[in-house]
Amino acid sequence: MPGIAYQKLEARQLLFWGPLALNAAVIAAGLGAAYVMEHSGHIVTGMNNQIVWGTPHVFAVFLIVAASGALNMASIASVFGRREYKPYARLSAILSIALLVGGLAVLVLDLGRPDRLVVAMTTYNFRSIFAWNIFLYVGFLVIVTAYLFVMMDRRASRSTALGKTVGGLAFVWRLVLTTGTGSIFGWLVARQAYSAAIMAPLFIAVSLLYGLAFTVIMLAITGWQSRQQLAGSEMLQKFRGLLIVFILAVFYFTLVHHLTKMYASEHYGIERFLLRDGGTYTAVFWIAQILIGSVVPLLLLVWPKSGTRHAAILIASVLVLIGGLAQMYVIIIAGQAYPLDLFPGMEVTSSFHDGRMAGYRASLPELLLGLGGVAIAMLICAIAVRLLPLLPRPAT
Amino acid sequence: MSCGSKCATGCAGGTGRGCAGAGRDRIDEERRSFMRGAAASVMSLGAGVTLYAFDADPAAAREPGEKVTAKNRWGLLIDVSKCADGCSKCVTACQDENGWRDTGHPETDAQWIRTLTVKNPNNGATFSLPMMCQHCANPPCVDVCPTGASFKRADGIVLVDKHTCIGCRYCMMACPYKARSFIHEPLQDQKPYAPRGKGTVESCTLCVHRVDSGRIPACVEACNDTAGGAMLFGDLNDPSSEIAKRVTALRTTRIRADLGTDPGVYYRNI
Repeated sequence: MPGIAYQKLEARQLLFWGPLALNAAVIAAGLGAAYVMEHSGHIVTGMNNQIVWGTPHVFAVFLIVAASGALNMASIASVFGRREYKPYARLSAILSIALLVGGLAVLVLDLGRPDRLVVAMTTYNFRSIFAWNIFLYVGFLVIVTAYLFVMMDRRASRSTALGKTVGGLAFVWRLVLTTGTGSIFGWLVARQAYSAAIMAPLFIAVSLLYGLAFTVIMLAITGWQSRQQLAGSEMLQKFRGLLIVFILAVFYFTLVHHLTKMYASEHYGIERFLLRDGGTYTAVFWIAQILIGSVVPLLLLVWPKSGTRHAAILIASVLVLIGGLAQMYVIIIAGQAYPLDLFPGMEVTSSFHDGRMAGYRASLPELLLGLGGVAIAMLICAIAVRLLPLLPRPAT
Repeated sequence: MSCGSKCATGCAGGTGRGCAGAGRDRIDEERRSFMRGAAASVMSLGAGVTLYAFDADPAAAREPGEKVTAKNRWGLLIDVSKCADGCSKCVTACQDENGWRDTGHPETDAQWIRTLTVKNPNNGATFSLPMMCQHCANPPCVDVCPTGASFKRADGIVLVDKHTCIGCRYCMMACPYKARSFIHEPLQDQKPYAPRGKGTVESCTLCVHRVDSGRIPACVEACNDTAGGAMLFGDLNDPSSEIAKRVTALRTTRIRADLGTDPGVYYRNI
């Protein structure tokens, strides 16, 4: 679009290479962890036959839904015609790609047989929402890459129609992708914590929130590296407003999800477990997800004395991401920890941990693999903004 | 896949959809001959045992290369009133037959079949029953498997193809019966007809290698030979089979039938 100038990251050597080296080291640790898991089996993780998806899935799903939301700026600019968001569109697109690649890397490396990735890419069962998600993820990468090209190519970027078309496709695709990711859980009829259609819109809401928080943090990091103010006060206030709306949206869907479950007596057990009796899981829900991830950032953003400060918006974004990881932990791990209801109304015991709340403690390899996914995303972003004009010019 | 189409137990035993070699054919023929003799002997034993003799008809054995069809639907009827407290003969038999065992890691060890103790919290009444893959007609594990590694044979037996299982564990998330296990550690001393592998998911195969050669599952055999005779195996689609007659005549229960999975395992006296 004419009239908008972009720039590559111009940072002092240490400010660029330092974080890059840190990310590379975390990635190396993550790959090492994946090797150990592959070589020794998942026995080295905290996962078991009760908690079959552990910390790597928490990170993977977190990054994947954040990837969809990171495209917010580009979508608002091209689909909804808000020109003031346009300077952030390129960064949001590359962040989106990077987060998805990071999430998918964790997902693949946590497979029992990651060496069979080619099987997963060539052998499909189209009744599986998981299989559909493989198409959605790969398709998203292709579409957002094309979108980035359309935004950056001199000739293609002159065509508003082309930008709107590809941007519109990316917008629809990201909604479908997040619906698909939420449905991985929402369509599981066997487990008390899932089996809920609302998980699809809940995941859309969390994607909008996490993605925006990542964008704000990315702008802050690159701004710190380049010693520039990449988002002016006016834009930061817009980000603040969006963060408030998205936090409330996530809170609303979470509330409705639990209220719906609580209304049906068959779900009393799972709700008591998640909200009151679940020990660590309950603490993570109330303290990390609700308090740190929703209430505190909301207060920071709406309180007049702090809400307009840049630091408050940045801190709120960081808290939102901490709360986001906690939310994924509660959904994925606490959801599995509650036992299957084989005989409703009866007490069941067995040698296979039936009828018992499952314990789970994340192991170091799992944590390293999950953090490795975040580092992959950050590394891709860092290299991309260094090599390509993806960043907005400093705010005036 | 090494043999062009999915085999019974993930392509290792040659008992599936016709990938057995000539050597295997000879072995199968010998096994069938042996089984004919064994079945004849069993038939003469007594009323209780004849229950499974009816359904272990060697004529049900498929010829090598013969396709599995929906003409059969293999299933189980388990009379819970005959399951004694503390009895685990079916579990032990399954372990011996299929080679899974306790390795000292109860959280991660595989369990293809387990005994559940169910207690009514209101009156304290308890009962025990064996729980394994329910071989559903509408198996959620098959629906969710991204690669189709989880599959249902035409005769209703639900299996995992060990060549295409990527170890995503989504089937374990989806199974309402907690019937599946993930292999967390390297394995040794596997049975050739029951291949297992680190990083893949597994569950009860209904002893498909035995069924295909006209025999009954090991758990059923052990229960009838050494325990209370609680388990009956047979063809639910054959109106003349003992299991079909009983399922028609008796009041039976299927676990979590409300989920619409249409399990092939029926329970009586729950």
